[in-house]
Amino acid sequence: MTEPVISVRDLRVEFVTRKGILRAIDGVSFDIMPGEVLGVVGESGAGKSVTGSAIIGLIEPPGRIAGGEIRLHGQRIDNLDPESLRRIRGRKIAMIFQDPLTSLNPLYRVGEQLVETILTHTDLGPAAARARAIDLLNEVGIPAPERRIDGYPHEFSGGMRQRVVIALALCAEPDFIVADEPTTALDVSVQAQIIALIRKLCRERGTAVMLVTHDMGVIAETADRVAVMYAGRVAEIGPVRDVVKHPLHPYAKGLMGAIPTLEAEAERLVQIPGSMPRLSNIPLGCAFNPRCERVFDRCRVERPDPNVPRFGLEGEAPLMPGHHVACHLYTRKTVETAS
Amino acid sequence: MMAQTKPSETFVEVRDLKRVFDVSRPWLNRVIERQPKAFLKAVDGLSFEIRRGETFALVGESGSGKSTVARMAVGLLPVSGGTVTIDGVSMTAVKDSQTRQQLRKRIQMIFQDPYASLNPRWRVERIIAEPIHAFGLLKGEQVTARVGELLTLVGLHPDDGRKYPHEFSGGQRQRIAIARALASSAEFIVCDEPTSALDVSVQAQILNLMRDLQKEFGLTYLFISHNLAVVRHMADRIGVMYLGRLVEISEGKRLFSAPRHPYTRMLLDAVPDLGMTGRQRQMVAGEIPNPINPPTGCTFHPRCPLANERCKREAPAMLDGVACHAVQEGRVP
Repeated sequence: MTEPVISVRDLRVEFVTRKGILRAIDGVSFDIMPGEVLGVVGESGAGKSVTGSAIIGLIEPPGRIAGGEIRLHGQRIDNLDPESLRRIRGRKIAMIFQDPLTSLNPLYRVGEQLVETILTHTDLGPAAARARAIDLLNEVGIPAPERRIDGYPHEFSGGMRQRVVIALALCAEPDFIVADEPTTALDVSVQAQIIALIRKLCRERGTAVMLVTHDMGVIAETADRVAVMYAGRVAEIGPVRDVVKHPLHPYAKGLMGAIPTLEAEAERLVQIPGSMPRLSNIPLGCAFNPRCERVFDRCRVERPDPNVPRFGLEGEAPLMPGHHVACHLYTRKTVETAS
Repeated sequence: MMAQTKPSETFVEVRDLKRVFDVSRPWLNRVIERQPKAFLKAVDGLSFEIRRGETFALVGESGSGKSTVARMAVGLLPVSGGTVTIDGVSMTAVKDSQTRQQLRKRIQMIFQDPYASLNPRWRVERIIAEPIHAFGLLKGEQVTARVGELLTLVGLHPDDGRKYPHEFSGGQRQRIAIARALASSAEFIVCDEPTSALDVSVQAQILNLMRDLQKEFGLTYLFISHNLAVVRHMADRIGVMYLGRLVEISEGKRLFSAPRHPYTRMLLDAVPDLGMTGRQRQMVAGEIPNPINPPTGCTFHPRCPLANERCKREAPAMLDGVACHAVQEGRVP
């Protein structure tokens, strides 16, 4: 049994505001294995990006990690002092941001930015670092890297810039990459190239990736497993095929039905009434209960735990191993089955 | 009163539409650096028709000129050449200026960013009533009643009119924008990426609302989007744009079942889709070229697997819904 690269247990992130404490992440747990891509989906405000930032240690005051633990190769990293965290960040854990324009410094040549990162995190000398930078640019598919390495970010197109950002993330050969909406700012044809690149890197290097995006299509294609988040909690997590084809949580079902696809023939899209609750006003029990069609009494008082064993409903696809859902619907009703 | 025009099958007709932007450096730089003036052909000879009551969609990647077409269609941007005719009235010719004023209230636009398209200092009721006042359609109490009616129509509460835009979520703001577009009983609505700033579940609500309104009022939509799945869901007919030109026009579903132009095929191949889990796809090469200095002949030829000498030399004309030498010569497998 291989050990997970990243292991998150019962993570809670809070933001202290004038109006009180807002809990942005509330009891999130998952593992990511070497070479695995975990997709994290959800709508804006679901806590996807905050989860990523918490792992990489970029939660700034007034935000704070209020509970739970994050382990990298079994070692806790959520309680490290800033200096030790800085040494891990970049070397062991890297991040790819959404907007390649703001994550590169426009005043420095891309080569300088790559070489600086390599010098900081590895023992290579300046000449070797430059050679490595050219290798990296080549690996992420930038044509004529010997020449392009001396270009400024504005001389690159959006897709090429995002490749540079990926090369930057790879500088120190990290074990784990948080990719926060890496393709959202790109056109579809370029997006497909970046997705293929991320997949290839995972396979070849065994890097674990947490891919945060709101685009289910990207997840369906890139991720091995997917976690659906709602109001700071994991509603459903499982192998991507099972979650996409047979979502269990009523929210996940609605979300999949709401997405227009290139194949399905639908006159109307599935509509989830209402909108996500504000963090200051998360309902008691299951956070989705006011919008849920199949709500019953228990949902309003008791919060469903994604880790208790669940059972498939009659007439629906059976629950696959590794597929967890935080929903009371899938609790076996012992009384009913007995009678 | 509304100008009486004979009902026609074709509601909007765009002929050979062109738009050139001057992107030259300042005069002094040009003189010192001996540079010629530079022009960007954002839209280069576009022709299409929209039938009454249908949704015509334009798709394409960023920089293909979709939004420029939208702005010219409603008259927000003067054209550099060609004509736009809506219900028999030219939007471009000078002589029709009187009838054009009559036409304007029948045309409205919904923008991409509902945070930028609503005045943050105005109450919602004032935002929605603006077209009513601008065209002098109703007065006094009637305006309030009409605003309440419009708010109900788009799924909000009449009392919401007293609130300011910041009190609403993105989806609700887009509903307000739709209510404003309907305020002057518009028949033709240009929607420029109406849902790309929204979350998927909210997007579904807005797309469903737009369809319901279309059925109810017989609206005609020009729908601009880069999202092929959304376009497939909404459009009756689709035009695919590449570098300011239309490369293919097709009935909605057929574009997806039988794409003809190599660019359309490439686009469809590239879209990540829910059904694509675990499937291997053909890699897409290259990016959209710089429109200031577009390739010669067919602008897609540097990325096209079927390009030959003729494609590099000669721009293909739109024939039978597709502008491609390879398709017309039967070289497409």
